[in-house]
Amino acid sequence: MKFNGENIAKYALMTVAFSAVASLLLIAVFIFKEGLPFMMKVGLKDFLFASDWDPLAGKFGIYPMIVASLWVTFGAMLIGAPLGIAGAIFLNEFAPPMMMKIIKPTIELLAGIPSVVFGFLGVMVLAPWIRATLGGPGLSVLAASIILGIMVLPTVLSISIDAIASVPNSYREGALALGATRWQSVYMVTIKAARSGIIASIILAMGRALGETMAVIMVAGNTVKVPHAVTDPVRTLTANIALEMANATGMAREALFATGIVLFMVIMVLNGIALSAIKGKARKK
Amino acid sequence: MSADPVISVRNLDLFYGEFQALKQVPMDVKDRHITALIGPSGCGKSTLLRTLNRMNDLIPSVRVSGTILLEGKDIYLPDTDVCLLRKRVGMVFQRPNPFPLSIYDNVAFGLRVAGMRDRSRIAEVVQRSLTSAALWDALKDKLHHSAVELPLDQQQRLCVARLLAVEPEVILMDEPCSALDPIATSRIEELMLDLKAKYTIVIVTHNMQQAARISDYSGYMLLGEMIEFGKTSGLFISPKDKRTQDYVSGRYG
Repeated sequence: MKFNGENIAKYALMTVAFSAVASLLLIAVFIFKEGLPFMMKVGLKDFLFASDWDPLAGKFGIYPMIVASLWVTFGAMLIGAPLGIAGAIFLNEFAPPMMMKIIKPTIELLAGIPSVVFGFLGVMVLAPWIRATLGGPGLSVLAASIILGIMVLPTVLSISIDAIASVPNSYREGALALGATRWQSVYMVTIKAARSGIIASIILAMGRALGETMAVIMVAGNTVKVPHAVTDPVRTLTANIALEMANATGMAREALFATGIVLFMVIMVLNGIALSAIKGKARKK
Repeated sequence: MSADPVISVRNLDLFYGEFQALKQVPMDVKDRHITALIGPSGCGKSTLLRTLNRMNDLIPSVRVSGTILLEGKDIYLPDTDVCLLRKRVGMVFQRPNPFPLSIYDNVAFGLRVAGMRDRSRIAEVVQRSLTSAALWDALKDKLHHSAVELPLDQQQRLCVARLLAVEPEVILMDEPCSALDPIATSRIEELMLDLKAKYTIVIVTHNMQQAARISDYSGYMLLGEMIEFGKTSGLFISPKDKRTQDYVSGRYG
């Protein structure tokens, strides 16, 4: 093997690439090493399905947090997905090209707004409004869902736009040439052809919503209780880790790592589904 | 059947922005005959074809003037129902473009678009259309397979079947064989000759032999003008215009 510039560049880049993968792997291994023994000790049932979270008293049930995370994520998708998909359809199929040029980058800029700013808006504007109109403390599932729904909008929108834009024009022409209206060609052909990309956008957005922490801590209320209404305050899995880590030691610290494992697994599964949806689409072409 | 042409084009001008793609074009399309448009690339033959079902409307910068009468009625009048027009004047494209749906759903598409909900009626039309496109025997056992996995010539015939389901009066074909090999091409040509008994066909082709083989009337276009239009036999054997003669004898284009 010769030591020329080519080879040096190749091995330097290889090292960088491997260290990126290795650090991810190490993080995963570390989380599991810290959390898994705890799960074994407490027992999956008492960890995942018990409702008492009181680390000082040795009670580590994260069920309320799991339910809270699911509610908030689901609520965020209920708001973000229709808005994002409808926006993508409008911008691709109906809006003048100028509008796409202005609106798409604008919405992608939303992704650059720090989550603490979204949270701040939620606390100052949204929560008081919910308190005044719907009752409850304001800081709630609903507030978190709305804020997260807006935060995932860029993800849903830009991936959906790309998915719809990659539908060959010949499908549209074919539909119109059979006497379909613009809207019929959109919902009977274009959306079906772009379906896997649209699904991927929703799943990736779910991953984002589930993993978001700062904004959720600020607006969700953080009460460890299984919610019964959207105006109830809740604490999500992510919020639980962030809130408790400062003074957690021993079992409590391990419990937080175990919570991390739960999050990690769910998001891995979601991303796996999203990836296979995107790949499935590539195969069909 | 009337002796009047189904489609009658007069003084048709078409502009893409500043560029004039069609210049004072005339054309008559006879009922239940095949009319072929030939000419070198960029001569305007596809553009002319696409004015007949107003597919050019999809391009923002297009302006059209002149008249196109479909059974005596101008299709560029403001009150024209373009969706209805496109049902009456269907189109098969250069590249087969079945939708990424099942074979069945492809053929049923036009019916569903038209609002038909009666399942048994749809099934009946699907079978009849696939039979007319000589596909039924080959595909009847896999109607719910994806259409985009078929071989290209079956895809193209499926696109014809999809069209037949909406019972058009005129079928426009824009170089329907250019993506196909010679054997597949001859199958599509046979299909066109079969369909002639019931439908009026206008085909754009860059294959002169194809035009000579299958068409009854031909038009030779050059740089947006209709140089010569008439019976195919006449146009190919004794063209009146020197430019047509050069083209059909292979000296140009």
